Parts: sequence; structure tokens; C-alpha cells
Amino acid sequence: MELKVLDQGPSAAKAPSVKEPSAGGGCGQSACGSSADAMAHLPPHIRDKVRNHPCYSEQAHHYYARMHVAVAPACNIQCHYCNRKYDCANESRPGVVSELLTPDQAVRKVLAVAATIPQMSVLGIAGPGDPLANPERTFETFRQLTEKAPDIKLCVSTNGLALPEQVDALCRHNIDHVTITINCVDPDIGAQIHPWVFWKNRRVRGVKGAKILIEQQQKGLEMLVARGVLVKVNSVMIPGVNDAHLAEVSKVVKAKGAFLHNVMPLIAEAEHGTFYGVMGQRGPRAEELAALQDACAGDMNMMRHCRQCRADAVGLLGQDRGAEFTLDRIAEMDIDPEAAMATRARVHAQIEAHRQDKAAEAAAAHPLDDLPAGLRPVLMAVATKGQGVVNQHFGHAREFLVYEASPRGVRFMGHRKADPYCGGDDTCGDGESALDITLRALAGCEAVLCAKVGIAPWERLEAAGIMPNGEHAMEPIEDAVAQVYREMHAAGALDNNPDWMTA
Amino acid sequence: MAFSINEHCVNCWACLPLCPSAAISANLDGRARFAIDLRKCTECDGAHAEPQCAAICPIEGAILDAAGAALNPPGSLTGIPPHRLAEAMAEIQAR
Repeated sequence: MELKVLDQGPSAAKAPSVKEPSAGGGCGQSACGSSADAMAHLPPHIRDKVRNHPCYSEQAHHYYARMHVAVAPACNIQCHYCNRKYDCANESRPGVVSELLTPDQAVRKVLAVAATIPQMSVLGIAGPGDPLANPERTFETFRQLTEKAPDIKLCVSTNGLALPEQVDALCRHNIDHVTITINCVDPDIGAQIHPWVFWKNRRVRGVKGAKILIEQQQKGLEMLVARGVLVKVNSVMIPGVNDAHLAEVSKVVKAKGAFLHNVMPLIAEAEHGTFYGVMGQRGPRAEELAALQDACAGDMNMMRHCRQCRADAVGLLGQDRGAEFTLDRIAEMDIDPEAAMATRARVHAQIEAHRQDKAAEAAAAHPLDDLPAGLRPVLMAVATKGQGVVNQHFGHAREFLVYEASPRGVRFMGHRKADPYCGGDDTCGDGESALDITLRALAGCEAVLCAKVGIAPWERLEAAGIMPNGEHAMEPIEDAVAQVYREMHAAGALDNNPDWMTA
Repeated sequence: MAFSINEHCVNCWACLPLCPSAAISANLDGRARFAIDLRKCTECDGAHAEPQCAAICPIEGAILDAAGAALNPPGSLTGIPPHRLAEAMAEIQAR
């Protein structure tokens, strides 16, 4: 069969076999979320478990793809950031899907995607409701996939209410990655986030309901850890509600054995029809999110590369190819699951060989420690389609990865969305141009590294104090960022604070 | 004595397995909304303290009592005051 590769560009397709000159691959040696280094303290069997999981390993997300199947529409709680009228083609946020699938349809879709995108390593069920509030549909999907595509890792993302009663079923189906969304460990705060839960045949509201939810989440976390299941905890950062409380959450879940904490920004727009959106609750600014992640990082392995995917997302993180795999389209595809599995094994082996080369090179490189230790750090944005290199045109980027360069090295800080979450019909958005939105998203960055950039955006970027740079196309991200930092130092640009800091 | 489901239903399946009378059915193409069989519905009388479909339904106004009144009236589930929702929708329309 013809081998189709993510992004399908000739350079992207070849990248796994290309020798890179030195470090790269997103975080590389620096101290970001779940980079190879941050995971070095973990036992080998756990490192192996997350090595090709894009949602658990920052490095892996440059190479491996994931998908969600929307087989779980029912939910057993209400969250103030969620609107249960979940059907929207134009929004990219959790809990939203375009079509619900039966388990049979979902299995067919997974096999189609895994045959078309051989970088696919993970299948998750994340809604649009709660997977464990739909146990028959969720576990029937897993059962069939274990049979037909045993190489694909299975995972679920749950609110935790039904977790204790489903832990045994999860273990029976070989689910070795579970994400629990835990926004608080204090029922008074919980009542401001979760107005009700459905528990023992009643709708339980307020503090009482939140208390039940928290107890179930903590119990479920403990049970999973006791059975050796890897647990990631997601928390939504809601300024003024739980932002000051999340460091405590981080401590508690770490003490109970969670492997990774992912603090995500609240997404709230009136258009989404959620409580927070309609009531005008704001989300955190990028610097507020980064400060909280840094504060929690002392206690816990932090994730900074989450893209808050839809419950039917397909592709690399930050990418959604769901429209290529609608029920109509997959019905026409001719799939040979065994041949596809062999192709995946070959492609994954290529990726791993490529990553080992890079890791060996990264171990030897200390790119910036010869610079004066007191130089101020600089944030830079990078346009990339994956593979850990600068390889995307500025105007094509729907998101940018943000790195911080300083004499201590280069570290990954997170991503910034360049397109609005809701880019659909004319009831969405408020007339800002795409470039305006991108410029706002890049606030605080002093340079943007991309494969190419047009003249008009070049001028707007310069005027905004963000230096466009297209000189490092196809170079590993960390090398390019380090090089630009070095050039800024040589040009005296690090002697003064930028305008945005003094304004 | 029976409840009904109206066009606000989003087909989330939550109510179906809870019904003690197996009165709820779904059209399996996943598009047509769920429905309650008037002959089977007992309003959970004698089975549960709260009618189960209404106790888990996340959509305000989707489940009606025999008199046609919403079991979950506007604002009762999301916590959004109805006047605030109306204002927000008007603001969005005006853009």
C-alpha cells in the first residue's frame, strides 16, 4: 500500500531517517514537562509505557499521533466550563464532536485512521460525555480494538465519579493510561465548578455533590496507582476560583502517585453557551498559566504541551484531521488491518531510531552555558508541523510552540493558538483579522521562528516588537532558538528589557 | 401519567439505561431524538425518589411532565440565570 505520512510533505515524510546536526525534538535536554530528562527518574517500564504516547510525553508529541472516538455521549456530572449541547463542527475544545459513533463505527474509524496515519500510537475515549458513564459502549470499543489492532495503546479520560466501580473493568481491558480531571480537593471550591453530580439515582447539588465527586476521584486515583496504571491528572485553571488552590491539588495527587499533572487554561466564550462563558468568567493569560505551572513543577512532573482536543480529534496534537474520516468517507476505504499494523511497526521503529540519534547528540550539547549567567531570558515562538524542526510557514500555523532561551538552556513553555477556538459562522468571533489574533497570541514573545514569512505579516510583527526569523528552516527547534538567542546577545538586544515589559 | 421528551434532547443516552420501566427508546441512527413510551412510563413512582430521566438529563426543558411543564426549568441545571442567557445571546446576535 502507499504510505501516507502526516502532513504528507516530502520533507516531513523523510524526516525520521534524516540525520540532524544536533539536539532538538522539542524539549530535548532541557527541563520541560515530560521530556526525556524529566522522566529520567522513572523506572524503565514506565518510561517505555509513555515513550510513544503524545499526551504523556512532550517529546513523543512531535512524532506520534492520537485519536479520540466519540462513543460516550452520556455524562454523570455538570461542569461550568461545559455545554452539553456538544455538536459543533467549528469549535476546538473538549466535549465537542461532529458525530457520535456506535462501537462498531468507532472501531472501523480507528482502523481507517491507523492505516492512513501510521504514526498513530494511541486511541483515547474522552467523551463527549464521560467514558465511564457509558461503560458498555466504551468497553465494547476497547474489546474489539484489542483484538484487531493490539499495537494501539488504549486510554480514557474521565471525571472520576464512576472510576472506583470501573477500575477492574479498565484493568481487564488493558487500559494502562487513565486521565482524571481533578479541579479541586476542596468541596467548597468544587461547588463553584461542578453544580451537580448524578449519584445513586439522585441529582446531588452544590457542596454535597462536589464532596462526593472529590472522594470518588481520590479513591479512583489510589486504586489505579495500586494496580500499576499510569495516571495523569488534568486540572482546568479558573482565575479567581481554583487558581490559588491548584498547587495544593498538585501536591495531593503527586503524593497519591499520579505520574503527570496537566494544568490547562479555562476556555470560556459566551458563544459556547457555558456557565463560565455566559457569566463572563475569564480564562488565564498565558503568563498566569506559565507561572502556575512553574509553581507546581517543584512538586510534580508538569505537562505543558496539551492542546485540549475535541472528543473526536484525529492526528498529531494541535492538528485535527477528523474531516478526512467521516463515516461516509471511511465506508469507501479499503483497509487491511494486518498490513497497516506492519506498516505502523516499521514507521514507529524509524521514529525511535531517529529519536535515539537525537538523544545521543542532545546529551553532548550544552548550547548556551558559555553566555554570561545574568542574561535575561527571552520567549520565542516557533512554527512547526512536527518532527521537532522549524518547518512551517508563518501564515499556515494554527498554533505556535513557545520556548524560553536563557544561559541555562532552552526550555519548552507551551503552545499558543493562532486561530480562534471558534472560527465558524458569523455568530462566532468579533471581526478581528487572523493576523490580529496571531499577534495577540504571541504577546510576550520577542521572535518568531518559521520556515517562511510574507512581507505584510513581517512588517506587522516587527511593529509589534516580535522579530520574524525565517533563517532556520528545517533546523531542530532547540538549536535554532539557541542560535537566535546568541545572535540577540551579540547584537546587544539582551541588555535592555523589551517594550512590553516596561510599558 | 407519563413524561415526554421534546426536541431539545441532544441524544446523550444518559436516561435510557436508568429507566426502571424500559420506557425510553432511541432511534439507532443516532439522529432522531429519544422518546418515552406513554404506556410504559410510571414517572418512577414507587421505584425511585426522583424520576430518573429527569434526574440525569443535562438539558433544561427537554423532559416534560404530563401537563407539559419542564421538569428541569431554565437555569436549574447550568446555573445560568435565564435573563443573563438572553442578554448574552442578544449581544452575540448583534455582532
